[in-house]
Amino acid sequence: MSALAPPVGGPARIQAAFDRARAEDRAALIIYLTACYPDADTSRACIEAAVEAGADVVEIGVPFSDPMMDGPVIQAANQHVLDAGYRVADHLALVRSLDHLDVPTLVMTYVTIADTRGYARFADELADAGSAGVILPDLPVPEADAWLAEARRRDLATVFLASSVSSDDRLDAIAAASTGWVYATGLLGVTGVKGVATDETRRLVERVRARTELPVAVGIGVKDRASAAEVASYADGVIVGSSVVRAAGEGDPAGAPDRVAALVRELRAGVAER
Amino acid sequence: MSATPQPTVPARADDREGYFGRFGGQYVPEALSGALAQLTTAWRDARADPAFAGELDALLRDYGGRPTPLYHARRLSERTGVEVWCKREDLAHTGSHKLNNVVGQALLARRMGKPRVIAETGAGQHGVATATAAALFGLDCTVYMGAEDVRRQRLNVVRMQLLGTEVVPVDSGTRTLKDAINEAMRDWVTNVDDTHYLIGSAMGPHPFPTIVRELQKVISVEARQQFAAQAGGQPDAVIACVGGGSNAIGSFADWIDVEGVRLIGVEAAGEGVGTGRSAATLTEGREAVLHGSRSVVLVDDDGQVQPAHSVSAGLDYPGVGPEHAWLASTGRGEYVSATDEEALEGFLHTCELEGIIPALEPAHAVGWLLHHGAAVLGEGARVVVTMSGRGDKDVDEVIEVAGWDLGVARAFDRAAGEGPA
Ligand SMILES: Cc1ncc(COP(=O)(O)O)c(C=O)c1O
Repeated sequence: MSALAPPVGGPARIQAAFDRARAEDRAALIIYLTACYPDADTSRACIEAAVEAGADVVEIGVPFSDPMMDGPVIQAANQHVLDAGYRVADHLALVRSLDHLDVPTLVMTYVTIADTRGYARFADELADAGSAGVILPDLPVPEADAWLAEARRRDLATVFLASSVSSDDRLDAIAAASTGWVYATGLLGVTGVKGVATDETRRLVERVRARTELPVAVGIGVKDRASAAEVASYADGVIVGSSVVRAAGEGDPAGAPDRVAALVRELRAGVAER
Repeated sequence: MSATPQPTVPARADDREGYFGRFGGQYVPEALSGALAQLTTAWRDARADPAFAGELDALLRDYGGRPTPLYHARRLSERTGVEVWCKREDLAHTGSHKLNNVVGQALLARRMGKPRVIAETGAGQHGVATATAAALFGLDCTVYMGAEDVRRQRLNVVRMQLLGTEVVPVDSGTRTLKDAINEAMRDWVTNVDDTHYLIGSAMGPHPFPTIVRELQKVISVEARQQFAAQAGGQPDAVIACVGGGSNAIGSFADWIDVEGVRLIGVEAAGEGVGTGRSAATLTEGREAVLHGSRSVVLVDDDGQVQPAHSVSAGLDYPGVGPEHAWLASTGRGEYVSATDEEALEGFLHTCELEGIIPALEPAHAVGWLLHHGAAVLGEGARVVVTMSGRGDKDVDEVIEVAGWDLGVARAFDRAAGEGPA
């Protein structure tokens, strides 16, 4: 393990971030940004700005050529970064360069990226870069044993997604296998298109809560202060992606950190409204 | 190509459900777990219900035109040096093998009470077949098709529209089949309550590869009987082109357990293996997860899926169904490739020697036979080649790519220029 290794493991750092938010009587704010979008330096500055503006946890999206769960905004960001020639190694370097932040960062990507690298190597690289864990939306629990063994070895969190259409059996498995938090998807669909389906999502959060002490955060469909406040009224965490990515990518890169910070401040106010 | 002409039949008893050896599985977003479980149950129930098989068989016979003939292609045999028997899927309704799968899955959609189907299509043949079944069963239908494929398979776009289907051109990524699949998956994740994703090849998450194989198995079940009756005994090899792998797995299925019959899949090598412009997945790819299953995929060291290249829109796919990855890994299946040029040669020879205008996809199998058949299989070897579809859809593309414009297109241009604006 390198000298940069964090003092505690991923799940514990994530739990601490949720605990801090809870102590302030608000939901935790989790911000997703695509790595190296629109470029490596701007991306780093945007993530730092998001943390400065109140993000409790950051998800760093490692682009994949075929992002099955993503809508047009994140798809386009992925493609932009791939076209610019950034490699997974560059994204890992970005993660490492953010190791000084006192919020946990997780990597969100597709299983193909982790699997091609080899789960053991990917876990080592993430842990050595100071990442707290992963979200792999196309790695459901029944396929995850091999990855989970490596994640446990390096004390990385693995956040699994739960859906309103998950059976009770599957929710049992998701609750049991997750570390860090459980990701309740706010709608049936891809990122950045529709709004949260409130009734179904509330019920999903309750069903997950009945199965685990882990925090339950809702993502996909949250885009602004009002929807963040709404979700914060029943979930432990609120995850916002596409609208932040849009703020990072549209317009002059020099202004991106300010645009991201302005949006994150709004969202942070939202999660405190409850 | 392995040197042993008689690969032995591998054991498969210890496979995990949904796996072929180490390939397969269900690598999908949680939102699809319910739909896949429902499909698995519906399929199991349908298989146990004689009425399902009865209805399927009757539709394939009375509506689909089955059984398709097995035809001894004498002039092509003379040219290739092997005895060529063509399994004529090009004569099935809609012009390809795709209908076999589509009718079965449309019946499943009806059993599951789903009023809407979606599909991806490359060459447009699966899209046309799905649009056809949707019309037949009164289902809503949306087909995703890469914008590049919309251009090169225009005839099939018009056919789908005539059949009442909405065709959505996909502009993301490489604008071909893989991106159409991504978009169909996104639609399915969003509309999973009322929609069945009618996957068109032997790929995707479990149970699709198994369902598609079983529905396409009719190709080899018929061919086996026909060959025994018409030629006697069994062939030395069965040969089919491989895109996602549905016509090939259907052509192989009934022979997999039969020793002495070589199973040869022909992939598209585009501009050539090693040029970086190919779709020869099993030759050039590595183990990876794509579109819901673990198989062999054209990916780079980072896991990014590489664009495939082929003159044939139906083979222009950087993945392959997991059962083929398994057959390749055990040596039971042998996977070779044919370049664009060899496929065009196969196309032309099939036209001129047999009076059959083949689709560009099976033209790859013919192209391989022309170049390697006698050398690999032995002079006079008896082979069944699956003629998976007819080539009407490819005529424009062939004219453009091969420059075989006989003057017709130019005459049209002239007429258009001279006519009123
Ligand atoms: C005529 C024909 N053959 C073959 C294919 C390739 O698909 P598969 O490998 O699933 O048979 C296609 C696909 O569009 C096709 O239209």
